[in-house]
Amino acid sequence: MTTFKMGRRALIAATAATFAFGAPAFADGHKILDEIHFIIPGGAGGGWDGTARGTGEALTESGLVGTASYENMSGGGGGVAIGYMIENAESLEGALMVNSTPIVIRSLTGVFPHNFRDLTLVSGTIGDYAAIVVGKDSPLNNMEDLLAAYDADPSGTPFGGGSVPGGMDHLVAAMVMEASGRDALGVNYIPYDAGGTAMAALLSGEIAALSTGFSEAVDLSNAGEVKIIGVTASERVDAAPDAMTMMEQGIDTTFVNWRGFFGAPGMSEEKLTQYQSAITAMYDTPEWETVRARNGWVNIHNSGDEFRSFLEEQETVIGDLMKKLGFL
Amino acid sequence: MLEGILIGLQTALSLQNLLVVIGGCLIGTFIGMLPGLGPMSIIAIMIPVAITMGDPSAALILLAGVYYGAIFGGSTSSILLNAPGVAGTVASSFDGYPMARQGKAGKALTIAAIASFAGGTIGAILLMIFAPMLSTVALLFHSPEYFALMVVGLSAIAAFAGPGQVSKALLMTTLGLIMATVGEGALFNLPRFTGGIMDLQSGFGFITLAMAMFALPEAVFLILKPKNLGDDGGEIKDLRITRAEARAITPVIGRQSIQGFFIGVLPGAGATIASFLGYAVERNIAPKHEQDEFGKGSIKGLAAPESANNAACTGSFVPLLTLGIPGSGTTAILLGALIALNVTPGPRLMIDDPQIFWAVIMSMFIGNLVLLILNLPLIPYIAKLLAIPRNFLIPFILFFTLMGAYIGQNNATELLMLVGFGICGIALKFANYPLPPLLIGFILGGMMEDNFSRSMQLYGGVSFILERPMTLGLLIIAAGLIIVPVLRTRLAR
Repeated sequence: MTTFKMGRRALIAATAATFAFGAPAFADGHKILDEIHFIIPGGAGGGWDGTARGTGEALTESGLVGTASYENMSGGGGGVAIGYMIENAESLEGALMVNSTPIVIRSLTGVFPHNFRDLTLVSGTIGDYAAIVVGKDSPLNNMEDLLAAYDADPSGTPFGGGSVPGGMDHLVAAMVMEASGRDALGVNYIPYDAGGTAMAALLSGEIAALSTGFSEAVDLSNAGEVKIIGVTASERVDAAPDAMTMMEQGIDTTFVNWRGFFGAPGMSEEKLTQYQSAITAMYDTPEWETVRARNGWVNIHNSGDEFRSFLEEQETVIGDLMKKLGFL
Repeated sequence: MLEGILIGLQTALSLQNLLVVIGGCLIGTFIGMLPGLGPMSIIAIMIPVAITMGDPSAALILLAGVYYGAIFGGSTSSILLNAPGVAGTVASSFDGYPMARQGKAGKALTIAAIASFAGGTIGAILLMIFAPMLSTVALLFHSPEYFALMVVGLSAIAAFAGPGQVSKALLMTTLGLIMATVGEGALFNLPRFTGGIMDLQSGFGFITLAMAMFALPEAVFLILKPKNLGDDGGEIKDLRITRAEARAITPVIGRQSIQGFFIGVLPGAGATIASFLGYAVERNIAPKHEQDEFGKGSIKGLAAPESANNAACTGSFVPLLTLGIPGSGTTAILLGALIALNVTPGPRLMIDDPQIFWAVIMSMFIGNLVLLILNLPLIPYIAKLLAIPRNFLIPFILFFTLMGAYIGQNNATELLMLVGFGICGIALKFANYPLPPLLIGFILGGMMEDNFSRSMQLYGGVSFILERPMTLGLLIIAAGLIIVPVLRTRLAR
């Protein structure tokens, strides 16, 4: 009996200890904030989770912020956390929610009853470009080859991706096809439940091309498993200098899947400035560089009003495309 | 290869790494016992610790230790409390829990430990020998084959139904399939059947449903049952397995370790399918009189899913290490950790970083051995849990159940759903409807639908059934799985 009880207690303590991990308290001269509470709209281990925990790590270890705590709140594909931020706005001045491009897409479709304007825009911090990728044995070597194959047999040239139809990977494929003068509606888009299974489908030859995140493809490309035939950056990316951009190939389109932070609505100007200056100061710290390099993130910093105009522009582009595709 | 094994052993057997693997296994086992914290969450929690260790081999050995520990610990709650925390251990509760109810908890945990050890070890041997070859085999499976594989898994449901329960089992399967349609599937960007409720947008939670259908009804049955769980015979702590029993489970473990490993190699199939199919296959090939014991505490019925799920977890390292593709949520997180450690998994891993590749494989052997050695002496104490008087045990199970449903999501609505479904589960159990088929239908339904509609889209209809020989073959096996038991019962009459 006693043995068991002790075990139980130790176990709960161990669980608590592991959860509290990653929040060491350092403090020196340039501390801007005492604490930040990160709200993560998805489970442990996802992209949002990594972004929040990585940012928190850099902020605390560099001494810009005293302590960071994290709360995973999944549900509704992120919608539950947004609702929570809005409903409990008064008590959440100390909290930042991480989010990314899907907040724009899902607000447009009405899956989320709210949109980014209902929150306080703190800043966009990092991003990832999108890429069109083919298998290493594929006869296609660039976008021109892919477009030719598509023109010859549109439904026999399936594009895969790790998101639902009307989700980000589909929209990128459609955006690229539209910019090349094709009809985005003709794309035979095959959805997979995750980027990993979509990549497996590409390597197995089930799909002709894959629309995915650049960072998800870059390691496999360097290993010679896949060929990146087009990147949606405006210039070539250092991590894969051989991968051509869409612009270079005459396809006038760029796309960034951003990640950033939002506060509860009605946040005080003073608090907002503190958050923004802590994040701005973070980019110059070696601690951030370590976290950034470890995760392969690209610094794409948009603060406050810049963040707003960036989101509005993205909303217009995506909204137009979704109307065209019949999702709105 | 010998050279590689030696390098790997040298790395894995250093004092530091041995401590790391022991620590990882212990943490994994204990946290893994909590439903709601599957291997995926535990690994995600441990990643910052692993990365600060700096040395990629040590970090991977830690994470691998946590992974095996978590799988191992996961079956404990399945067996003792009928509360499977991850889909891969659902099948372990089918016979493990009845054994525990019969007062054979110690024996059940021992069989689970040995079957897991064997599954993990045989899996690691197969991984060592076949990994490079298998990477191409994994890619032979396209969406139509995955669809057919899910159909095989579903058709095996007849194996989970007791005598005279076949129609009830089918009804429950259908209910599970219907429940799987709630929420946003991978193929629709709009919510289905959510009634506008935000919390249903991602569908029903697996853990909530598992707790509501398995653990809660059992807790209520314990209240109604007049005696304590551990009262029968006092052999609860007894770990001994007779020679006849050992002889009975050895071939089961051998077969299921191999079958489980190969299913685990397929990206997206994984431990869940491996354990269901393992259970179904063993039931179908068992002699008639033993077949009736399945579901009532058959040692074969416990050994089969336990060895299959561990072997499948090892198998899932094949696409990860050789192709750099994560075949499951857990391996996706491991891939992230590998990249953070500047290790690029893929065909070049064995050439560029052989010491890492081999250290991971060697750590699998050591981790499995450590788990067995650590856990066998603990089993009497863990099994004694059931000797706790009912008035303490039942609140504890209820607490455990509620915590499991809450902890993964941090969403209180899950608790409401748990109670609601729990009431349905209790009603169904009183009406003598088998609940496992419901959960299997729910787990497989989503994957089956996704793969089916993908196949339809790729082939412009159902022509893939005839065009792809492997799909046809699997579907024929599925038909056989349904027809053979029916014929057998007819012939027996």
